[in-house]
Amino acid sequence: MAAAAESSIGLRFEKVDKRYGAVYALRNLTLAIAPGECVALAGRNGSGKTTLLRIASCLTRPTRGTLSFSGVIENQNPRAGFVAHASMVYDELTAQENLLFFAKLLAVANRQQRVDSLLREVGLGERKDSLVRTFSRGMRQRVAIARALLADPPLLLFDEPATGLDSEATMWLTGHLAKLRDSGCTILMSLHGESDVVRLATRALRLDAGSVVADTRSGATFQSVFSFAGG
Amino acid sequence: MGLLSNAAALLGKEVRTEFRSRELLSTTIVFVLIVVVLFSFTFDPTTNESHRFGPGLLWLAFLFAASLMLQPCFLREQANDTLSALRLAVSDPFAIFLAKIAANTLFLFMTELLMLPVFAAFFNVSFRGQLPGILLTFFLGSLGISVAGTALAAISAQARMRELLLPLLLLPLLAPILVASTEVTVSLMAPEPFMQWKGIGFLAVFDVVFLTALWLFGEYLLEE
Repeated sequence: MAAAAESSIGLRFEKVDKRYGAVYALRNLTLAIAPGECVALAGRNGSGKTTLLRIASCLTRPTRGTLSFSGVIENQNPRAGFVAHASMVYDELTAQENLLFFAKLLAVANRQQRVDSLLREVGLGERKDSLVRTFSRGMRQRVAIARALLADPPLLLFDEPATGLDSEATMWLTGHLAKLRDSGCTILMSLHGESDVVRLATRALRLDAGSVVADTRSGATFQSVFSFAGG
Repeated sequence: MGLLSNAAALLGKEVRTEFRSRELLSTTIVFVLIVVVLFSFTFDPTTNESHRFGPGLLWLAFLFAASLMLQPCFLREQANDTLSALRLAVSDPFAIFLAKIAANTLFLFMTELLMLPVFAAFFNVSFRGQLPGILLTFFLGSLGISVAGTALAAISAQARMRELLLPLLLLPLLAPILVASTEVTVSLMAPEPFMQWKGIGFLAVFDVVFLTALWLFGEYLLEE
């Protein structure tokens, strides 16, 4: 976690449009996220939350406008830790094999130790040798979260991270993200209002039709941002 | 982590998942076996006819089998969006292509090696004494098919009608490989066999050109 603190990064979306055919997923979005902020994104289905996260991860290019990064890795791809709707892990590999494989690609030091520790933390220590295809939705989500955290990335992007998690796992996730936030990691997460993870946020944004329609840093008003979003 | 170590890790994953599921290898081997057997039943080849037509039939079977084998190499990455995870993890996206090419070449080459004795038996031909030349031709031909095929598989995986698109793009593009590989194999199966180095050179140049193009432009093929 110290690694994240040393390399906190900020993001700046400048007049970003993202179009899929004739449909705008993001429209003229200008948004600055300071290093170390923990931002909760709210919005109805199709409001542009996932697109924003995919652009922030550099997986998707904007149709127009720019995304730049500030901080230690000035304008380089931050190789963010990303938890998306899909699990982004291989069904034909075990939980341990998946994490070891991605740890190798990410050049994680002390791979086996790091993987063992993460698997224990997400509650999959006992099932580490089971194929992911035998896992439930929640267990897959735990592997996905462990994969995203493998390299202690300075930027974390979570698309509804608590989906499928039971209360115990959600509690662990909330605690872990709080530690990461406090260590200076920049976090962007799309959430539903009822999620416990919302309490971590230092800022809440509501998107509607690809534009930011509410932006608050006051915890007292977070709930209104989420209730407006329709869940 | 460098390009080659990334590619090695990815190749290890490709081989492990394939040997666990055995989807590609078993399908391709059975397909080539059926084609070779059907060809041998369709006409009863004399030794001379086998020498003339056999290599062409064999390479056609390999080409069709390759189009089956190449289709899933990027489609499988879409199921759980693992391609995005790979793009986030590797330092150079070419590592993804390099690993897929190596895996496809390996699987195709294995299929060819397994089918060689079957073909020799059904078509009454002998490769004795020509095995090094045959292996070199098979390797360069498989590499060419894999390099061009992997690039097209990446393109077609993001398209509509993807199942149809890959063979439509692949077969014309690989016609030069088919012709060169067949000619070299014919010369190796001739009554007085010889190595056609011009054909070997053409296969090597094809492989290098397509590999270079993929190295330069491959990143764009993976973008959403």
